[in-house]
Formats: sequence, structure tokens, C-alpha cells
Amino acid sequence: MAQIRVEKLRKAFQDFTAVEDSNFTIEDGTFFVMLGPSGCGKTTTLRMIAGLELPTEGRILLDGEDVTFHRAAERDIAFVFQFFALYPHMDVAQNIGFPLKCQGVSRDEIRKRVRETARLLRIEHLLASKVSKLAGGDRQRVALGRAIVRRPKAFLMDEPLGALDSEFRHLMCDELRELHDRVAATTIYVTHDQLEAMSMADQIAVMNRGIVEQIGPPQEIYDRPANMFVANFIGSPPMNFVPFEGVLRRGESSVSIRDASIAVPEVHEDAARGPLALGVRPEHVTLSDVAPIRGRVFGTEYLGTNQIVTVDIEQGQIKARVPTRLPVRIGETVGLAFQPEHLVVFDAATGRATQSALYEDNGHG
Amino acid sequence: MAEIVLRHVGKRFDEIEAVHDLSLTIGDGEFVVLLGPTGAGKTTTLRLVAGLEYADEGTISIGARDVTRSPPAARNVAFVFQQYSLYPHLSVYDNLAFPLRSPTLRVPEPEIRKRVQEVAALLHIEGKLGNRATRLSGGEMQRVAIGRALVRQPAIYLMDEPLSSLDAKLRAELRLELKRTQMELGATILYVTHDQIEAMTMASRIGVIRDGRLLQLGTPREIYERPTDLYVAARLGVPQINLLPAELLPGAGMPSHAKTIGVRTEHLQITRPNGTGLVGRVHRIEHLGDQNHVHLDYQGRALVTLADPHQPLVAGQEVGLQLANPLYFDAAGQRITIANEREANHAA
Repeated sequence: MAQIRVEKLRKAFQDFTAVEDSNFTIEDGTFFVMLGPSGCGKTTTLRMIAGLELPTEGRILLDGEDVTFHRAAERDIAFVFQFFALYPHMDVAQNIGFPLKCQGVSRDEIRKRVRETARLLRIEHLLASKVSKLAGGDRQRVALGRAIVRRPKAFLMDEPLGALDSEFRHLMCDELRELHDRVAATTIYVTHDQLEAMSMADQIAVMNRGIVEQIGPPQEIYDRPANMFVANFIGSPPMNFVPFEGVLRRGESSVSIRDASIAVPEVHEDAARGPLALGVRPEHVTLSDVAPIRGRVFGTEYLGTNQIVTVDIEQGQIKARVPTRLPVRIGETVGLAFQPEHLVVFDAATGRATQSALYEDNGHG
Repeated sequence: MAEIVLRHVGKRFDEIEAVHDLSLTIGDGEFVVLLGPTGAGKTTTLRLVAGLEYADEGTISIGARDVTRSPPAARNVAFVFQQYSLYPHLSVYDNLAFPLRSPTLRVPEPEIRKRVQEVAALLHIEGKLGNRATRLSGGEMQRVAIGRALVRQPAIYLMDEPLSSLDAKLRAELRLELKRTQMELGATILYVTHDQIEAMTMASRIGVIRDGRLLQLGTPREIYERPTDLYVAARLGVPQINLLPAELLPGAGMPSHAKTIGVRTEHLQITRPNGTGLVGRVHRIEHLGDQNHVHLDYQGRALVTLADPHQPLVAGQEVGLQLANPLYFDAAGQRITIANEREANHAA
């Protein structure tokens, strides 16, 4: 089990910088997810930690030991790829035990550890099966078993569920996280799927264009996004933005959008007049006849537990998550009210979230 | 625009019965989604309506005209496939115009231009008409593919998982646009998918299909709130409905012949343990952002429910559970209709 530390890590491929000045510490036992769109540098970072790429600059420490220039085989880390190749001519037990056999572990010890691993993965009944006969999920479990059996210091996973359809992926997410709770090994998991990240992670690092935009627990990142990129990348549907021109004055608790005064968490910084954006999550929008921001319903989407209503307003489109009991008709005019305590004001020029009571009340809010 | 009527349609491929005694009416201007897993018979049904396969039994009519034996070209249908097969050497404009330039149609060029412009505006690709088809993003390509179907103004549209190759954000966007376009045009659409979110968010009515049989046909709300049986109940809803043996959840109002209780997240509330009611233990909290999925252990069974993300809950904690209006199923797996619901249905 291990702590992983990344210091000033940078990777350039000729004139393209894939990863820029990354710094973070992953504590022992943490399920750490690197999340971002393709090309954001998450896989490159993972490969550097694994020893499959050499950094251009910076250091990687495994339990305090500098392993930056150690070969992959010397790092005691298990890498689980998106497409795992099992050995088709071997049975499940042989597949799981294979890495130990390569290390020259005794036959009795292999048998014992394969059995333990199979128990963790709940596939003991499959040990004698041919892998070609297995269903997709069981194949995945065997591949994981091959990583676990070595008892490495950490697991690195690169979109291991990417090839599965969405419902099955959700099941496997549950299973992976439960497995993590039983094994408690430091895990770095790379994905572009924010739902996977939210549902599994202890800590999420949101990456964009080689830069780590924000690191924190899932709810923290969701409630207090550092910037518009993070706010837009997390959430389904993502955060709504209402662009407006305005000023911010320290100590005030409202902003003016056209003629409407909108209550917001107390402003903690001054800003000259400029382009701003009010950020509001769909579940913090309510339909209200007396609200000053008004628009026409563009579409409704029934989801069973709730519905998403899309409303065209002067400044763009707003999505509201509202109860299914509420009758909403396409084309009708509705007012939109925002729950003030959750609102974020962004500097639209830089995308940065401005300081407010929401960001300083870092307790349990 | 037209009504589609399938009567007792059957289709076999050697030993496999792909579609069994399927009867279904798709009203003029309706958006019907057939929802089912791979191999359920939904694509075969679509191909039977298109004329790409012929039915072994039963009849199919489009706009009151029996087309059971008609070739595809005589049916006036447009088909949108999962893989958008655009002509790579042609511009977006020419791809859209292509179906209208068919020698049998003889549409004059000014009319073609007008129709292409209209459809491009509807799908927000006006600015791309001069582009090569290959220079488009995935979402734009699929819009062009849908546009190529719209431009012909056929009687009906048949769509086979047209959004499944797109990423999640784009899919959400096009879902909304496709539904909107369908309503504006008053188009009749038969759409097949295995994605329950697509079915719930777009359909006027959903047909749940399994092993070639239509299990239930109804509005998304009917299917979600009043599923006919256990299979349909489990097919819709995220997270999946909790199913428990009836004896594990004693409660007032349970029909005597109930064998299984179906508990959706909205039927199960977390309360303070008060010493008398149901008690569960929090196993794991899963963050979604807008809410949490709370995984619970209840008498050795796993249950999932929803909670506010800021409700202070930790793994291992004991909580009270309150059940409200769950679904009941009999020994055969059929849902039991309860008394007040019958009245409510009657009133509606």
C-alpha cells in the first residue's frame, strides 16, 4: 500500500505539452480519479506514474521514494488496461496465477493467493472454467484478479470500463468500488465519464489541456467548482450559465441581471464592470410564476424520478430539474427562480469562480 | 404523415422466432419507441415495417394501405441507421439534396434548394451546407443523416439507434432536438433503442419488447409508474427498482397475494431510527452531485435509495426506512393493481 506523490510533473512531445506542472499527493488507500476530455493529459500522467513514459521534468514519489526514472517493472504497481487480454488456452485459475508464476512464486503459495483473490472478486466458482466460456463481466473480474494477485502497492486503471454499455458499466462501477473497499489499495483511475468519477472517487482531479483544474472530493467539486470548465464538465445536465455584464462589490448579496436582482451568496471580492456569468445547477432552478427571469419551454424530458425542463431565455438556455408531478407544456412561458445559497458568479473572461460565502463556508454545507 | 398498424405480425429466421404475434398501432404524429435488449426483435420489427424483411404472419399497413407484401420503395418510409452513411465526396448540401434528386421523384432544383434550406435550419446546420461531409463532427454527421430522412417528407420515419454512436453530451442534445423536430413537423416515428433514457425522454409511447413479444405499451409515465410485470419494472428506472420478497417488508395496504415488493427510490425514505419501524444499515454512499445513491443493507438484502447530498450519512450508520406506495407483484410476476389506483385510472 502506498502514497503517490507527483511534483512539478511535465511532459512534452516535441512542441506539444501534454502535461503541465502537475502537483498532487494521493494518500495511501485513496481511490483517486483523473477526469477530463480526451487529450487532457490524464492518460499521459498515468503512464508516467506507471513508468511507461518518462517525464520531461518533475518527480514521482512512491511512499517517499523517488521512482521517476525506475523502470515499470521496478515500481510494484499493477496497470489495468481498457482492453485486457486473457490467455484463452488457460483456465481462470491459471490466468490469475500467471503473474506469480512469472515471479517464481511456489506452487502452494500461488494456489493460496489465487483462491484469496477469487474470493475477493466472488469468482471462486469459476476457477476451473475456460476463459473463452466467460461472460464479459466475469472476464473483467479475471483481468482484475490478475492485477490484484500480485498485491502491488497501487493499481492504475485506464478507462477499464470504457468498452461496456452504460447499464453494465454502472454495475461494474459499484463492484470496483466495493472491491476497493475490501482491498483498500491506492488506486488511480482514469476516465472521461464524470458519472463514473463522481460515483467511485474519494478524490477527483479534473484535467483540461494538460492542466489540473481542480482536486477535491466529488461533492466539493460539484458544489464549489473552481471555474467554468469544471462546472460544465461535472453534472448531467451540467451547470447552467447566465451571462451578464456587471460589477461585484465585497459584502453585497445580490447581482443585477438586466432589471432583475438575483440573490447570491455574499460576495467576497470586488470586480470592475465586465463580463460575468451566473452559475446555477439544474436542481437549484424552480419554476415560479413570479420570478423575474422568464422564458419559453423548449423541451421536457421525463426521467421517472424527476424531469428536466429546458427553457429558452434571453441569455440562452436553462435546464431545470423539477418533480414529475409538475405539469409543464412545451411552448408555455415560465418564470425561473434560483436557490440563492448555491449560486456561483464566474468571471466570464477567465472562467474563474469569484470568491463568495459559498466558497469560504467549507464546512459541511 | 400516416398511421402504422401491425396486426399479429410474426417472423422466423430458421429456428429463431424473432417476432411473435406482435400487434401495434402507431398513431399519426406519434413517436413510438421500442425498447429492448439486443436480440429482442425490435430491429426486426423495424425492418418489417420498412420492407427490408417480409412478415411470415400477420399484416402491416401504412396510412390505411396494406403494405405487407410491398417493396421498400413503395412504402414511402425513411430509414435512419445507427451508422450515418453519408457520401464522403459530396458536400452537406448535396448529401441532403440526394434523395430528392432521385430520377423517379423529378423534384425541380429550386424546390430542392428550399427543402434543403428548411431542413438545415431545423437541425442547426445551415452554416455547414458548403462543407464536405467528412469535415463534420459526429453530431453534425448524424444531423445530416437525420436531415436526409426529413427532406423527403416521407409518410413515416424509422430509426434504428441513431444516437448510439455519439458521446453522452451530444446524445443528450440531439435527443432534445429530435423530439422537438418531431413535434414541429408532426412526424410519425417508430424508433428502436436499448437505452431507457432515450425511450423515456422522447417517446409519446414506449413498447417494451422481449424475446419477440411486446410486453407493455404505454406512455413513459405509465410504464414507469404502472409496469405490468417484474421484467418491465426492472427495465426502466435508474437505479434499478429494488425487488424484495413480500414477507421482508411488513406494511399496511399490502395485498394478501403479494409475493414480491418493488421499491423504487422514491418509494423509500431514510428517516431517524425510531425503534419501531424498518431499520437498515448504510453500506455505501455514491455521489451523483445533485443527489446521493445510498446503498443500504436491509436484513441481508441490498437496497438503493436516494438522499440529499448534504444529508449527513456515513457508511455503517443505522437508519430508519419508510416505505410509501411501493409496487406489488404476484407469484407469476404480474403487478397487482391496488384499489385506489383503479379509481385514479378511471378518473384520468
